Amino acid sequence: MNSLFYQKNSSRNIGDKVFTSLSLICVVIAILPLIFLVTYILIKGGAQITPELFTLEPNPPGDDLDAGGINPALIGTLIITTIASIIAIPVGVGGGIYLAEYSKGGPFSRFIRFGVNVLAGVPSIIAGVFIYALIVSTKILFGSMYSGLAGGMALSILMLPTVIKTTDEGLKLVPNELRYASLGVGASMYTTILKITLPSAFRSIATGVVLGIARAAGETAPLIFTALFSYYYITGFGDLFYEMGSLAVLIYNFALEPYDAQNKLAWAASFILVLSILSVNIFSRILAAFTEKTKRV
Amino acid sequence: MEEKLALFKNRKRFGIEKNIDIIFKNTALVLSSFVAIILLGIVLVVFFQSFESFSRYGLKFLVTSEWNPVKDEYGAFTAIYGTLITSFLSLLITIPLGVGTAIFITEDFVPKVFREIIGSFVELLAAIPSVVLGLWAIFVMEPFFRAFFVFLHNFFGWVPLFSTEPTGRNSLLAILILVVMLLPIVTSIARDSLNQVPKKLRNASYGIGASRWKTIFSVILPAALSGIMAGVLLALGRAMGETMAVTMIIGNSNAFSWSLLSPGYTISSMLANQFGEADGSQVSSLFYAAFVLMILSLVVNIFAQWLVKKFSLKY
Repeated sequence: MNSLFYQKNSSRNIGDKVFTSLSLICVVIAILPLIFLVTYILIKGGAQITPELFTLEPNPPGDDLDAGGINPALIGTLIITTIASIIAIPVGVGGGIYLAEYSKGGPFSRFIRFGVNVLAGVPSIIAGVFIYALIVSTKILFGSMYSGLAGGMALSILMLPTVIKTTDEGLKLVPNELRYASLGVGASMYTTILKITLPSAFRSIATGVVLGIARAAGETAPLIFTALFSYYYITGFGDLFYEMGSLAVLIYNFALEPYDAQNKLAWAASFILVLSILSVNIFSRILAAFTEKTKRV
Repeated sequence: MEEKLALFKNRKRFGIEKNIDIIFKNTALVLSSFVAIILLGIVLVVFFQSFESFSRYGLKFLVTSEWNPVKDEYGAFTAIYGTLITSFLSLLITIPLGVGTAIFITEDFVPKVFREIIGSFVELLAAIPSVVLGLWAIFVMEPFFRAFFVFLHNFFGWVPLFSTEPTGRNSLLAILILVVMLLPIVTSIARDSLNQVPKKLRNASYGIGASRWKTIFSVILPAALSGIMAGVLLALGRAMGETMAVTMIIGNSNAFSWSLLSPGYTISSMLANQFGEADGSQVSSLFYAAFVLMILSLVVNIFAQWLVKKFSLKY
């Protein structure tokens, strides 16, 4: 009779409670440092934000108490990620189109899909090493060694797998009926892709690509010996062929300086970087959730 | 009949359009093969650049820890040991935490809203650049753990892993920051694989009287194991290749020590530190080290993919 009721002290119920609390402890241990990390960056970094930060050049460490601003690094990050996007997006979207629309699951496409996953797992610093060997040390770009262009190329290698994957997966979600309908009324394959399938997958592809760009913007390892760093304003097109600063490398360099002023600049740069990356992520998440809802209706 | 044929003739695609179609297809084909070209290019370039060092030191490079540009003696044992020990130990800490968190957010202990908030918060953290984590590690984590490390050394100093006096940056800090970095990866992949376990398995287990945690341990986790394993391997690959946060906090010393409380080195932090200023045979030795790192991460990644392919269709 007793066994019909919930027994508080039976070994299975105690065991269950123990494990439930253990998993709760896991969550707390996992989440607490993360919350602490984000709030610390936002508070400590946010406190350093001034209008001059966005307009001045950083001063070389040790010179004086005023560290200056991060204008060149901010512009540099924008330029380098733009270069990376200009390379990676066409190549990646084109490759994704081939995988999703043309390939029939043969050995070639299986190999490429495998390669995409492998490339996504290549350590980011290896991309920097590769571009260093291929472009920086050979001075192949009109005799310039370290350059923003080389940095952009290194980043594009990291972006490429993300872009291909999101294009491939986005296109695969487009219902086949749309393709049949388009081909049925006599449209050619490329018209079908450019006018029908690509537009209907646009939102999911764009979300993935934007997330990829956001990730690339924070990458440091591929830049430290391809784009290097620069303290000076970016004034013209020709600066692409010279050393170029970026927020990520600025954080790395200035975090290791013994001077407080430079450290503060690193915190300010982190604030800007984290805030923009997080807001892009949150925005695309909301957008994705919104899309899902409207699709269900 | 004649009229019909004429109609068909008009319906034919124009030559130009046909050609555009073919060009479009081939362009896409070429663009997709770029991935293979880049991958092959990376392997070949790094291999050939490391050839000089490879032919001079051979496999001895992997087991000696002398790194002396003046005497032209190079061995990467310290860095390889550092890479392996930091990635494995960080994974050892991450797995229970990550899987525990994943279980918590796939079970119904708390309302769905909270679980989703925890889940997306963890995922969001994967987006934080590692250089920012490194900055945080230098200025927040290191002072925070200093007293703990002294305690660790005083009480467990007889264990080789804690045998040196803690002085600022060290390998243990690198392991801890790697844990912060790997947690989102392991948690989100474990959560996905736990979510994919069919509901009827759970119901069947409950139906024959198993308790909740009996079900989790004997039914759900085994069913999700391959996915979790793949996630763990991906995290391992990430840990081995992780550069910035580790470089900033590990202390960058090539002096070999078993102790985690002394400054260490990993392959990627060695590359980050020395590549810019290296010349002569040091460059080739650095490429050799990069080659080792690449092979390590390729093996782990390919194994992970094989695992996913092999076991993913079970249910």
